[in-house]
Amino acid sequence: MDLSIILENLPIYFTGLKNTVILVSISLVLGLLLAVPLAILRNYGNPLVQLPIRAFVYFFRGTPLLVQMFLIYYGFGQFDLIKESLLWPFFREAYFCALFAFTLNTAAYTTEILRGAIKATPHGEIEAAMAAGMSRFLMVRRIILPSAFRRALPAYSNEIIFMLHGSSLASVITIVDITGAARIINSRFYSPYEAFLTAAVFYLAITFLIVFLVKKLEVHWFAHLQPQSTSEQVVESPP
Amino acid sequence: MFSLHGYGPSIFEGTILTLEVSLASLFIAMLLGICGALAKLSRARSLRLIAQIYTTTIRGIPDLVLMLLVFYGGQMFINQLGPMLGYDGYIDINPFIAGVSTIGFIFGAYMTETFRGAILAVNKGQLEAGTAYGMSAFMVFRRITLPQMVRHALPGFGNNWLVLIKTTALVSIIGLNDMVRKAGLAAGATREPFTFYLVVAINYLVITSISIYILKQLERRYSVGVREF
Repeated sequence: MDLSIILENLPIYFTGLKNTVILVSISLVLGLLLAVPLAILRNYGNPLVQLPIRAFVYFFRGTPLLVQMFLIYYGFGQFDLIKESLLWPFFREAYFCALFAFTLNTAAYTTEILRGAIKATPHGEIEAAMAAGMSRFLMVRRIILPSAFRRALPAYSNEIIFMLHGSSLASVITIVDITGAARIINSRFYSPYEAFLTAAVFYLAITFLIVFLVKKLEVHWFAHLQPQSTSEQVVESPP
Repeated sequence: MFSLHGYGPSIFEGTILTLEVSLASLFIAMLLGICGALAKLSRARSLRLIAQIYTTTIRGIPDLVLMLLVFYGGQMFINQLGPMLGYDGYIDINPFIAGVSTIGFIFGAYMTETFRGAILAVNKGQLEAGTAYGMSAFMVFRRITLPQMVRHALPGFGNNWLVLIKTTALVSIIGLNDMVRKAGLAAGATREPFTFYLVVAINYLVITSISIYILKQLERRYSVGVREF
């Protein structure tokens, strides 16, 4: 192990870290924004709407992310229709293609997670909402989604970590993310241990940070389910 | 659009290799998973600690980074080890071995968790009864724990298998001729990347769908002795 290689090249790793964080956070946010309406339609939409959503989820969950990325990055150039359209400047860029593939991928997984969470809404809550005279939209917004998000959180935290790990594939199409940085350093100095172990440490640190933040969020969201703290249960002594 | 320009057989060969990599990795993953699960449930603290470190680190590092580490790092390690053992030639690490061992090692961690849960789900009283009959610990495991944990392990096992198949796509990056790489070669020659990658995607969908069907059958078979509620 030659630590000086790592220390001298830390700037490359930080560039990689920046790209990884950007790719993962943007695709997670866009994916979640896509997944919420898709999951609602998947549960309550009419069968003609449900079918394409099912096909979308089936395709993106059943094929490797690498192949999806190749289909978009290399594949779209095959069609003159796309090549001549205004979108081509975007799809020519590796960065945009990676972002596009990651977004659709995480949208599909998140749709499936949310679908299950929405389906598991207790009947009583829905009946109570109807009895209170809520409209369909109000019921989804106030009753179904808040409780579904809570139920989905543990599975969604896995999805966040999965996306972080999946983002390492961006390095295959020339993007300098953390893995990309490691590959540059490995080929430049022929030092695989230093290069990839450093990348591994970066990923481990981010993973632990995510796990920590989700735990915090869980405590906050599930506050009403926590056992009451003993300090508040002061038993008054009888007079 | 859907002409494969004679590359069909080549893609088919790649599909066979993908299946080989998947099955070989699954075998390693299952062995590691059983060992890991037993280590996690053992009374020895050091074993529990090792298993804990194994599962935590593997789940925190991307598959691709581990694979590149094993492929490039393993190469260097073996060639440093060779002279120490009195071997002078250069040893080339085979991408098949690098790929299979990495994927097996990664999914061994996931299998550990699955198997650990399944072992814990087996009725304690039965194990005690086995011990009371004078069975050795190994025999209790083989005759009582193992047959019953299969039922509890199958759903998690199935999920791991489906993820594992998709992970094998990564071996194309370290130069193994699986179907993704074969598709890449064909795409380069014909300039029809979308067609070939779509074929590969459909192949994955077919493999996963067949797997799901078989897993359903297995689950039904191993749940025969249990009443469905």
